Amino acid sequence: MRDFSYTRASSTEDARKAALEAGAMILAGGTTLLDLAKCGVAEPDQLIDISHIRGLDGIAVDDRAATIGALAKMSAVADHPEILSAFPAVSQSLSLAASQQLRNMATIGGNLLQRTRCPYFRDPSTFPACNKREPGSGCSAIGGVTRNHAVLGTSEYCIATYPGDLAVALVAFDAEVNLGTRTVSVEDFFLAPGDTPEKETVIAPGEMIMGISIPVSPAARHSTYLKVRDRQSYEFAAASAAVGLEFETDGKTVRGVRVALGGVATRPWRARAVEQALVGKVLTEEAIASAAALAMEGAVAHGANRYKIELAPRVIARALQTVGGLA
Amino acid sequence: MTRTIHVTLDINGEMHSLDVEPRVTLLDALRDHLELTGTKKGCDQGQCGACTCHVDGQRVLSCLTLAAQVEGRQVTTIEGIADDDGTLHAVQRAFLEHDAFQCGYCTPGQIMSAVACIREGHAGSDAEIREYMSGNLCRCGAYNSIVAAVREAAELTAGVRQKAEAA
Ligand SMILES: Cc1cc2nc3c(=O)[nH]c(=O)nc-3n(C[C@H](O)[C@H](O)[C@H](O)COP(=O)(O)OP(=O)(O)OC[C@H]3O[C@@H](n4cnc5c(N)ncnc54)[C@H](O)[C@@H]3O)c2cc1C
Ligand code: SF4
Ligand code: FES
Ligand code: FES
Repeated sequence: MRDFSYTRASSTEDARKAALEAGAMILAGGTTLLDLAKCGVAEPDQLIDISHIRGLDGIAVDDRAATIGALAKMSAVADHPEILSAFPAVSQSLSLAASQQLRNMATIGGNLLQRTRCPYFRDPSTFPACNKREPGSGCSAIGGVTRNHAVLGTSEYCIATYPGDLAVALVAFDAEVNLGTRTVSVEDFFLAPGDTPEKETVIAPGEMIMGISIPVSPAARHSTYLKVRDRQSYEFAAASAAVGLEFETDGKTVRGVRVALGGVATRPWRARAVEQALVGKVLTEEAIASAAALAMEGAVAHGANRYKIELAPRVIARALQTVGGLA
Repeated sequence: MTRTIHVTLDINGEMHSLDVEPRVTLLDALRDHLELTGTKKGCDQGQCGACTCHVDGQRVLSCLTLAAQVEGRQVTTIEGIADDDGTLHAVQRAFLEHDAFQCGYCTPGQIMSAVACIREGHAGSDAEIREYMSGNLCRCGAYNSIVAAVREAAELTAGVRQKAEAA
């Protein structure tokens, strides 16, 4: 790990100002940043530690929304009783992520900004070509080992998967990111790679994530997060789905439904086509299966990740069966 | 240019002052500067759990924590969990009884993780223990005995608590 200086910010104004200096980076839980510094991917000259700033770790739920501070820990949000009852998929997306040690360290703000696990991105000395790290250098993954690369939202410049779980649940339930002077939906916060894969979010220099808010809704209350992976625990998703359902008073016709996908796309992926196909229908296994297939429209495989195109609709279907009481 | 900073760390209830480069992790500070080598370095990248310590009572990975970040926090390492008179912690005793190790390299991290796992209330069943201990890998594959040890220590702790409440 390269040498850097360390500054402890005492307020968010402090932190935002200090982070504007060349080579400065914000340090929260450190579980992405220090890992990438050890890999030689992040090369900060200066770390601005925001983890000692007071009052930025609140978790509050009222009848309109959940409001969560940027410094709230993943474990604290996962175990919060009102998050568990009003947003089960959000709680599960956190408790099924990483390990309890990492969840005790990692913050909600840092979680959104975690970087891809693309092995080529993480190994600059062996693989100099990576458009995300070095714009214009090429992509080592295309034509390489791609088992965990994305099939949705890719470009010829980058096929890296957005690895996080929480953001998937957040896009399903229309959450927003508070950037201090403006608020953007989590869905608009993340950018597809296009021809600028180095630009992953709309956050601008001098901005900081202050927190997130998630509107209360019947679908969020009646929701689940299903994560399928190569080992049972402590692993990133091969495919995951955050789904929520609201029935008409007959208890079987879909009034509202939310579906978002993880582990298969370059950014947290809302599957609106699946939602539209189900609204107004009676929820049956057949209706679910034909709707879920629509999630993969436009999917492009690169060799070994082809399995995701078959897996993801099954994950959606299983999750919908679970919340719909059909499983 | 190598810069050093002065940090004061509260480790197992004792204050330690040291001059370190800002990039020194809590793990390296413990092992290389304070001769507290009970905390192990496995992957040094957040993937194995060998370096698990407690910060303000919560289990964390010391390889992804800077020493400078934990100033003003209470750090507990494997050296700090037995009683002052040397009586082992219930989890340490359970690991011995169940032979919950082979080479022992992962053991300090497993024990620190298990102590916190029980305190969090995440040791209610074997399935829950497996899930909440999944951040601690054991290359020797002593998992079954580890789960048995954690379960026994959790039951013992619950029993002690019940007795204390009844008294
Ligand atoms: C072994 C391992 C397994 C993992 N498994 C999973 C998993 O299964 N699922 C999952 O979702 N995640 C997983 N993770 C990723 C983990 O969730 C993230 O590393 C963590 O959430 C990042 O949060 P942090 O507070 O540690 O961020 P940091 O590392 O401190 O920061 C991350 C980035 O965000 C920036 N930043 C942090 N806070 C702010 C802020 N408030 N405003 C602006 N910028 C900010 C930093 O500058 C940095 O660039 C895993 C990580 C590891 C190491
Ligand atoms: S997929 Fe993206 S992150 Fe991975 S090597 Fe290609 S450009 Fe880099
Ligand atoms: S040494 Fe810290 S997790 Fe492996
Ligand atoms: S006892 Fe050898 S690694 Fe666990």
